[in-house]
Amino acid sequence: MTLQAIHWALIGIWGLLTAASLIVYILSKRSEKNLSELVQRTQSWWVMVAIFTVAFLVSNTISIIVFALISFLALKEYFSMIPTRRADRRVLFWAYLSIPVQYFWVYDSYYGMFAVFIPVYMFLFLPFASLLSQQTEGFLKSVGTLNWGLMLCVFSISHAAFLLILPTIENNSAGGAGLLLFLVFLTQFNDVAQYTWGKLFGRRKIIPGVSPNKTWEGFLGGVGTTFVLAIVTAPLVTPFSLAHAAAAGLLIPVAGFIGDVTVSALKRDLGVKDTGSLIPGHGGILDRIDSLTFTAPLFFHFTRYFYY
Amino acid sequence: MLQKVFYIFVKIAVLFLLGLNVRRKDLLPFEGPAIIVANHNSHLDTMVLMALMPLSKLKDIKPVAAADYFFSSPWKAWFSEHVLGIIPVERKREDRTSDPLEGCYQALHKGQVLILFPEGSRGEPEEMTGLKKGISYLAEHTPGAPVVPVFTHGLGKALPKGSFLLVPFFCDIFVGKPITWAGDRTQFMNTLQDRFNELSSEKTFAPWE
Repeated sequence: MTLQAIHWALIGIWGLLTAASLIVYILSKRSEKNLSELVQRTQSWWVMVAIFTVAFLVSNTISIIVFALISFLALKEYFSMIPTRRADRRVLFWAYLSIPVQYFWVYDSYYGMFAVFIPVYMFLFLPFASLLSQQTEGFLKSVGTLNWGLMLCVFSISHAAFLLILPTIENNSAGGAGLLLFLVFLTQFNDVAQYTWGKLFGRRKIIPGVSPNKTWEGFLGGVGTTFVLAIVTAPLVTPFSLAHAAAAGLLIPVAGFIGDVTVSALKRDLGVKDTGSLIPGHGGILDRIDSLTFTAPLFFHFTRYFYY
Repeated sequence: MLQKVFYIFVKIAVLFLLGLNVRRKDLLPFEGPAIIVANHNSHLDTMVLMALMPLSKLKDIKPVAAADYFFSSPWKAWFSEHVLGIIPVERKREDRTSDPLEGCYQALHKGQVLILFPEGSRGEPEEMTGLKKGISYLAEHTPGAPVVPVFTHGLGKALPKGSFLLVPFFCDIFVGKPITWAGDRTQFMNTLQDRFNELSSEKTFAPWE
């Protein structure tokens, strides 16, 4: 087997994670402060990267299933967190059932249905399913919250999976897998970069009413780092020209930031700190993919508009 | 054997379909004599508590359940006895031939762990009703056995009484510090009730109207 661009990219990610782990290890030996959360986070990153690598190397179908599972776990976290009505149990069940259907359109490369199934058909069907219980009290709130969760956890995330089945085109031997790797890597890297810059130099708060740890220094430092990395890695796994690589390098960190604070606002409204406890050090799965819920659909349509 | 195979599937289903957030799992007793006392919202309660136990200990962990429900048909009776390992308790006075808790005393005597739902019935999902006194008789009879309160939330949303449609929800399970028998029944019940109140107020749960 000859190594292709995508394999080099994966090797690069493992290398980066090894370097990061070494830094965290040295820091935790030297520092007086309790860095157990940082250590835990790094360990969780190894697990997440391992799952991704295996999914990538085995087959597209496995990767699509992995994304469907991520959507399922995220939606479950969301439904467990928000107030729901007893009368809507059946409606929640239908919402869960939309996950295999939506990811089947991905598997089937059926773009027409993929793009409308949740925002059109489920959007119209859920209120109908909800009114059948004839309990109109709280109807509006219930329909609104359920649909928003479905858009965020299933529709948005499924765009990442749809990247995977985009065909190989000229200038891009890595194909859809390369685009997906580019999106997921930069989105997650940007989270870490914004966090690190914020920890080191953070002073001026951006929106303390929503997320008190977010600072201009963290945001701008993260955007800058991600931007540089996007330009460097784009020729390896994407068909992007320099201008498009630069645009993607801005789109991902900015959209990622907005996704992050949007989920923060939701948590603040509900009075919870983390969306769950699935990933040690990170909180719930929704805490980990909050940025991706915004970057995935935007990056997908950016790419599709210019190259497909 | 049958029980182990059954609970391997249960463990997978519980972890994947529901997902558990367990606090202080180390306080759960695997060795008897001990009594685990939990609030009751769903048929899933017993399954989930059993799924937290190591497979090798399952044969000595005994859920206590209503005889009139679980032994109402031959098939149910076989399943309850051989797979779930239930100790039946007669709820109705007219069905009783001896002390209804006799089976429980024996199990504790053999060093087994009991799982008990002192609310008596599953009741309205996610609402606790008063505790029945039976538990205090058990504690008095076996004063050496620690009584461990466990508060669960979410299982009644996933599968409430009267429903067959399982809707996935994350479940919270808070294990409390064990209570030991101090000589007075009323005081024991009050302490237990207090522990449950403390456990249930550890987290604010989204309302379920």
